[in-house]
Amino acid sequence: MIHPIPPGTRDVLPDEMRELRKLQGALMEVFEGRGYGEVATPAIEYDEVMARADGPSRSSYRFFDESGELLALRSDMTVPIARLVASRFASGSPPFRFSYLASGFRAVRPQSGQMREFLQAGVELIGASADEGTVEVIEVLEAALDAAGLGRAVIGLGDADLYRQLLEELGVEGEARDSVLASLATHDLVGLEQKLVEAGIGTEQAQTCVRLTQLRGGSEVLEEAHGLGGGAVERATARLSQTYEELQGRGIADRVQIDLGLLRDLGYYSGAILEVYDPAVGRVLGGGGRYDGLMKQFGLDFSAAGFALYLDRVHTAQLEEARRG
Amino acid sequence: MADGPLKIAVPRGALFGETLDRLDAAGVDTSELRGDSRSLIFEASGMTLVTMRPSDVPTYVESGAADVGITGKDVLLEQADRVVFELLDLGFGRCRMVLASQTGSDRLGEAQRRLGKMRIATKYPRIAADYFERTGRQVELVEVKGSVELAPLVGLGDGIVDLVATGRTLEENDLEIREEIVEVTARFVANRVAHKLRAAEIDDLTAKLRRASDR
Repeated sequence: MIHPIPPGTRDVLPDEMRELRKLQGALMEVFEGRGYGEVATPAIEYDEVMARADGPSRSSYRFFDESGELLALRSDMTVPIARLVASRFASGSPPFRFSYLASGFRAVRPQSGQMREFLQAGVELIGASADEGTVEVIEVLEAALDAAGLGRAVIGLGDADLYRQLLEELGVEGEARDSVLASLATHDLVGLEQKLVEAGIGTEQAQTCVRLTQLRGGSEVLEEAHGLGGGAVERATARLSQTYEELQGRGIADRVQIDLGLLRDLGYYSGAILEVYDPAVGRVLGGGGRYDGLMKQFGLDFSAAGFALYLDRVHTAQLEEARRG
Repeated sequence: MADGPLKIAVPRGALFGETLDRLDAAGVDTSELRGDSRSLIFEASGMTLVTMRPSDVPTYVESGAADVGITGKDVLLEQADRVVFELLDLGFGRCRMVLASQTGSDRLGEAQRRLGKMRIATKYPRIAADYFERTGRQVELVEVKGSVELAPLVGLGDGIVDLVATGRTLEENDLEIREEIVEVTARFVANRVAHKLRAAEIDDLTAKLRRASDR
């Protein structure tokens, strides 16, 4: 007799579990080896804690406990770790390095292959200076991808503040701004140009903005962006080129793609943002970035950065890469 | 996926002819697709062309089974939760999504006044639901798969939401347009990962298609 389980959840049987354990072991060894001690936090938090992060990281699953408290299933590990640092390490001396292997929970759309419960492995670096922190996190991410055997994986590096500042500079505010950012987040270029023009920006400037979102590649894209002008673009490219030069200095820039069109949909990022791709898989393997603003929500004036990899997708990529031979 | 030839999802049906013309103009040889071959996959100009129903294009492109594709904005709106990058408005296949009902009849208005809601038959439940919610009206949507014009003629619904190119089908079925919801055209879309990892190839094809559209 079949007893169904909810869509977006699944069982893992021994053959798969052996491979997953091996992958998890390889990743956690990299994290521990670089000083990122593993932590665990409860899967259930007070909703008030998860709600400190705006946007989609707001928990999808909320419920009342027996005394009427509103609880939430965590939607990722970044918010719980920010909470943990604020409660237990506020008087310690930074930087703090933590790693985790944990499930998150998010609402799914039916039949899309999205998981309601998903396993993530990642790190958080809290209290290191902004630029050094980003570079260190990218270095750990590269080591993790190598340990997983994904030699062809690429890391996209973008800037979360670019479009917020650019829109401010162009005087796009309120609803028009939100609707432009929505087009950017879904990468709907046709809608983006239309909405910029509706917001009162000239066609030419709107097209420049669209061109900006298409700049991705090596350091040459920073020069191209430079030509497209504007103070916001200038500041973002300066931040990106500083990070990129640092990565080059450490000899780890080869698999990093600078991407001025990158916009993570989680609300809490500021500054550098990351996304991970493998040529054998059509979906993003993971991502991360800086989230100084989230730490402020917990009363800490720390800069912070981290990344999370979706274990299942990394596992799929391993299999696809192996099939390729 | 980012290995091998670039895979393009090509929509069969109403957009097929103009899609091939546009690809030709962009330097992709489509002569094999124009024959009466029953194959679904063709190799041409160093690319792989995969033919399919327009409504399947977002599915293939989202998963990475196709790197890029062409489909109607109606399909993209109806499947708005599929993550594909919309790169270009190709300008052809121009149609209007409309609310229509029987010519000369006030059935829609009457349903609204006396029953508080309209029954609307459509192949586009999501676009229709969004539209009526946005305009603050309660409706009961009836999803049908085939000729939606039939529905109001036999009493399945007070009106329809459907795609109209020339309006001839509506006329022949004694229906007329009441409201225009949105104008749609063919769009060029890309897989999120392919857009990053095959940047040069996709940018090149986008530029060629843009030039072909501007002609």
